[in-house]
Amino acid sequence: MRLSDKIAPSFERIGGVYALPVILMIVALPLVGSLSSWVTLTVAGLAMGMMIFLMASGLSLVFGLMNVLNFGHSAFISFGAFIAASVLTGLSAWVGAHSLGFNLLALFAAIGAASLFGLVAGIVFEYLIIRPVAGDHLRQILITMGALIVSEELVRAIWGDNPITVARPAALNGIFVIGGASIEIYRVFAFCLGLAVFVGLYLVLNRTRIGLLIRAGVENREMVEALGFRIERLFVGVFMLGSALAAMGGAMWAGYQGTITGSLGSEMLILITIVVIIGGLGSIEGSLLGALLVGLLGNYVAFLFPKLSLASNMLLMMAVLLWRPWGLKPAVKS
Amino acid sequence: MTDTAAERDLPSTAACARPTAGGVALFSVIAVIGLLLLFAPFVFSDVRSTQVAARICVFVVLAASYDLLIGYTGIVSFAHTMFFGMGAYGAAMGLKFGGADWGHLLLGSVGGVLAAAVLAVLIGLLSLRVKALFFAMVTLAAGSVMMVLASQLTSLTGGEDGLVYSTPRLFKPAMKLVTNADGEAARLFGVPLDGRLALYYFVFIVCLVVFVLLARIVRSPLGTVLEAIRENELRAEAIGYRVVAYRTAVFVIAAVAAAVAGVVWAVWLRYTGPDTTLSFDIMIDILLMVVIGGMGTMYGAIIGVVVMSLAQSYLKDLMSAAAGATSGVPILPHLLDPDRWPLWLGLLFILLVLFFPAGIAGTLMKKGSRS
Repeated sequence: MRLSDKIAPSFERIGGVYALPVILMIVALPLVGSLSSWVTLTVAGLAMGMMIFLMASGLSLVFGLMNVLNFGHSAFISFGAFIAASVLTGLSAWVGAHSLGFNLLALFAAIGAASLFGLVAGIVFEYLIIRPVAGDHLRQILITMGALIVSEELVRAIWGDNPITVARPAALNGIFVIGGASIEIYRVFAFCLGLAVFVGLYLVLNRTRIGLLIRAGVENREMVEALGFRIERLFVGVFMLGSALAAMGGAMWAGYQGTITGSLGSEMLILITIVVIIGGLGSIEGSLLGALLVGLLGNYVAFLFPKLSLASNMLLMMAVLLWRPWGLKPAVKS
Repeated sequence: MTDTAAERDLPSTAACARPTAGGVALFSVIAVIGLLLLFAPFVFSDVRSTQVAARICVFVVLAASYDLLIGYTGIVSFAHTMFFGMGAYGAAMGLKFGGADWGHLLLGSVGGVLAAAVLAVLIGLLSLRVKALFFAMVTLAAGSVMMVLASQLTSLTGGEDGLVYSTPRLFKPAMKLVTNADGEAARLFGVPLDGRLALYYFVFIVCLVVFVLLARIVRSPLGTVLEAIRENELRAEAIGYRVVAYRTAVFVIAAVAAAVAGVVWAVWLRYTGPDTTLSFDIMIDILLMVVIGGMGTMYGAIIGVVVMSLAQSYLKDLMSAAAGATSGVPILPHLLDPDRWPLWLGLLFILLVLFFPAGIAGTLMKKGSRS
């Protein structure tokens, strides 16, 4: 009996691939050494992972439902980030106020504006770019790439070539200290928001009739259509949702980074691509797993081996692909 | 969910063999371009035009090898600049750390090309089994990591600054190929026969050889198998062709061609850095060139590269003029700013993919057969 066969049952018992982020955290603890830095790194990794999840989940869902790989997805991230930055600048009185209420109001206005843009732009994008080339993978890849170029240039034309500083609400700017570990409030907020979105998505997908149809569509589109459901409409809805989530993730990312540049979109494209590959296409659980692994590993590696930090995502992706060529938790197996 | 994409718009090699009115026009344009490139140092006297001609030569090889993937086999890879860069960095390291002689140039080049081939085999076997979309994503990630590596391994690659080195003596401007009575470089039609000329013809000949080889490959039985795989993967597999092996082979061939182009580019520029070889912008350029020229035509690559190169130099001038003319209008000058030229190129690209998926060459070739 090979070693892997012996490990497999106990690995499945502790939660299978879902246990990977936890295993990663446990392995990192002795390597990092001090508990307080470990807590800081873990919180940073989880927050980053949740923001990446927001951006990646739409890409994965759209692929799962319609077999459409939208390289233009990161355009929504970019627009979301810049719109949020503009809204926060416009509401600078609220952002700077020493009142949690106004601070949160400004942040929610920024996130809301970004998400609303994602919803509206999603319809337009789907109608103009995705629909005309339905079913043709090659042209799909090409045209969404073209759309990414155009939208990046539009971002640069509107907001300029120079990096933009994002004002972060005063109340979310600080840190608090627990047992020697300093934790940024914004990261906790990002984590909670991401978790709320995940739970919401999970409940919609698994507990509602629409979710049932979406999952059925991912599984076998023709059959759902044959039963008389208009999967096209469902798809437009999912596409809008995915775009809005990407814009929301972009808005959160803008606040997290502090400064954003016009190349944000293509930078994030690589990251969310890696996340979706690791997680497996078509499932939000997979996206969450991939995003958390990338976020955590990125932070640990940056602390332990700064030189390796940029290559860590690629190494992780290669390891996962060697182990599970379809990703950790794919919804589509074909 | 099969990968039998509706690529019937792409012309097959059989259609290329039948001369059509559009086809004749196309091949005369290509012949003119070829002649211009052949006599470039004599036709265009200034340095900048020779630079453009050399760039066109190198990118024709890059675009043609990419067309072999995307147009003939239906593989979408975003790692083509990675192989281009490996060839370039191989030659650059050989010349920089070994010395400016032929031995080290050869050593570095062979090293770079071999590394590209090995990496292509690994990526191919690892991920060409799966869907086209998945492969596109894997290569996208791999290409970006290579870019990061090149800018991080400063001691080896010079980081963001890149490597500056000198080339073998034959290519130095001071080198005299033929001396006249005064001991200066002899002139032919007013052009000095010096190292610059030798360098240009080195670039031209290597690129020509690689291009002819690529054009030969698509006409060979191998090319026919590749098209079979593109049109219907399952059927090709059922007839008995091992699709993964063929795909990997073609991926390796394309990678080697790109790496050779990289070597030539490195020798021509005497400089290799992330921006000249590995950047994602170059990848986008290659993609645009192949799609504009016409996927699956090989000669389309030449048209695409020339159109893009001309657009890159002249579109900017046109746009700055337009931006000046519309300076009173609110947003328009920003959109017409010369730095925004990728915006218009991107729009053109989208329109081409939507309405002329066969590109310039493909559309032209169909033209004659229809009328």
